Amino acid sequence: MAGIWVFVDQKDSKLKKVIFEMLGEGKKMAQHLGEDLSAVILGKDIESLAGPLAENGADKVIILEDDKLAGYTSNVYASALTALIKEHQPTVVLFANSSIGLDLAPAVAQKLDTGMVADVTEILYGDQIVFKRPVYAGKAFAHVVFDDSARPIVATIRPKMFIAPEPEAGKSPQVVKAVTSEFGDLRQVIRDVVRKASGRVELTEADVVVSGGRGLKNAENFHVLENLADVLGAAVGGSRAAIDEGWLESQFQVGQTGKVVAPSLYIAAGISGAIQHVAGMGSSKCIVAINKDPEAPIFNMADYGIVADLFDVLPVMTEEFKKILAEG
Amino acid sequence: MNIVVLVKQTFDTEAKIVLDGSGNIDPTGVNLVLDPYSEFAVEEGIRIKERLGGEVTILCVGPDSAQTAIRQAFAMGADKGYLIKDDQLAGGDSSVTAKILAAALGKIPHDIILAGFKSVDSGTAQLVPRVAELLKVPHVHVVTKIDIDGSKAVATKEIDDGFEIIEVALPAVFSAQQGLAEPRYPSMKGIMQAKKKPLETWTLDNVGVDAAAVSTGKTKVIQYTMPAERKGGRIIEGEVPDAIKELVQLTRNEAKVI
Repeated sequence: MAGIWVFVDQKDSKLKKVIFEMLGEGKKMAQHLGEDLSAVILGKDIESLAGPLAENGADKVIILEDDKLAGYTSNVYASALTALIKEHQPTVVLFANSSIGLDLAPAVAQKLDTGMVADVTEILYGDQIVFKRPVYAGKAFAHVVFDDSARPIVATIRPKMFIAPEPEAGKSPQVVKAVTSEFGDLRQVIRDVVRKASGRVELTEADVVVSGGRGLKNAENFHVLENLADVLGAAVGGSRAAIDEGWLESQFQVGQTGKVVAPSLYIAAGISGAIQHVAGMGSSKCIVAINKDPEAPIFNMADYGIVADLFDVLPVMTEEFKKILAEG
Repeated sequence: MNIVVLVKQTFDTEAKIVLDGSGNIDPTGVNLVLDPYSEFAVEEGIRIKERLGGEVTILCVGPDSAQTAIRQAFAMGADKGYLIKDDQLAGGDSSVTAKILAAALGKIPHDIILAGFKSVDSGTAQLVPRVAELLKVPHVHVVTKIDIDGSKAVATKEIDDGFEIIEVALPAVFSAQQGLAEPRYPSMKGIMQAKKKPLETWTLDNVGVDAAAVSTGKTKVIQYTMPAERKGGRIIEGEVPDAIKELVQLTRNEAKVI
């Protein structure tokens, strides 16, 4: 039993940033254990991804191509990946904490009757590998270890918590072509896929998140946030108040119920800073708060705050960010 | 339609988390509630029953106190419940809970199994795929809509950049994301009726699980820590346009995030 695996969840042959972050951490883990690092891709027409994966630290790229894997379905992917794991016996399998990772990792862990940790934000290396993960949406952290009998270790990795490696341009991949006949039974049929047209970055992958709360007053007013988000290339989120009022769809809620985000810059406009919301954004690198209530609890944790009406602030702030970004 | 909803009791989301003297999460004085994601699942179960008829059964692994969470589901409209006492499971993790739930589901008729996709406390987010795997039935994880059509269901699954519309044969397991069904407030009549609805307590023996085999999980928490305290509180004073200018400069020159 040896090897660190990074499961590469890809869509339309595009790699998310978190995959590179996993390769960066996977390398560290591989060095700690004296094992090698493999990137594992399932799908169809995916060989072109081997190059970038090798350049970003994968010693090996294990590719399983089959028509049955053209699109993701739970049990087919879980069965095929389980077969590969049984054959190659890796010590650790890392998944992204993405919709595919969250679906696939527990199914694979159960098929292998092993343990799993989700949403890992830090890994500590000692006699045992310790996985640190938020509980109560980040109000505390649990340090989790695996029983010696629970192998492979299965973990999903939260985006933006680990450091991607410096790519080694031109490093050619060592490709391992895998085969299996284990595709399980097809338990679900994907009837349709609806992609959101917004073109914005995903909340959990975004470097900058701009969020609005009760202070926005209505759905139409979100355009002042949208304008700022456009300039910053940011994702737009909202507090529970904004979702409860129906100003924003529920998948954009940031908080303990909702998404947990950790961007470099989080701008909270008209959000008071209820504990429910803070749980979803408290690990952002830099927090900016705009609220006309000087007593709003958000100011106690924001790096920078402005006490003023957000409708006076946001348009000016949008122009100022535009200027500073134009400076390069 | 036999609808079974797997629920969990948890801390109120407004609760402040503190560690006790031995480094564990301190439950003292914390208000315990039906987990918000469980609540979405219960509501959806009741709505399916209201459309198609049938019965909503609540299934929970937890301590005695979890009876109040089950009664809350009763007050919303669920019909009966089972609490599997977890006092032999001090070292359990999701792999253990999944095995117990799967065993219990073997004794409860089910066409549709619902649960939260995660809980707001431990948030391990793995129970539903594990239970589905043990039962060898389809699951759709993180759903915001379910339509039942005879012996099959069509569910809307939230994915990273949109939605998938997924068809599965019943029985199947669905995990609730926010947006699936806004939980109702129990009516006074519902609250009165909840007290009389049947709630049975089961031991591991009752569900046919060997306590020794599930006494320890595959993983264990060795320590809890608190997040680093944020040193916020810096208000940029002055005329609003000047303050904004200064703030934007600080994000670049001091925080270096732009």
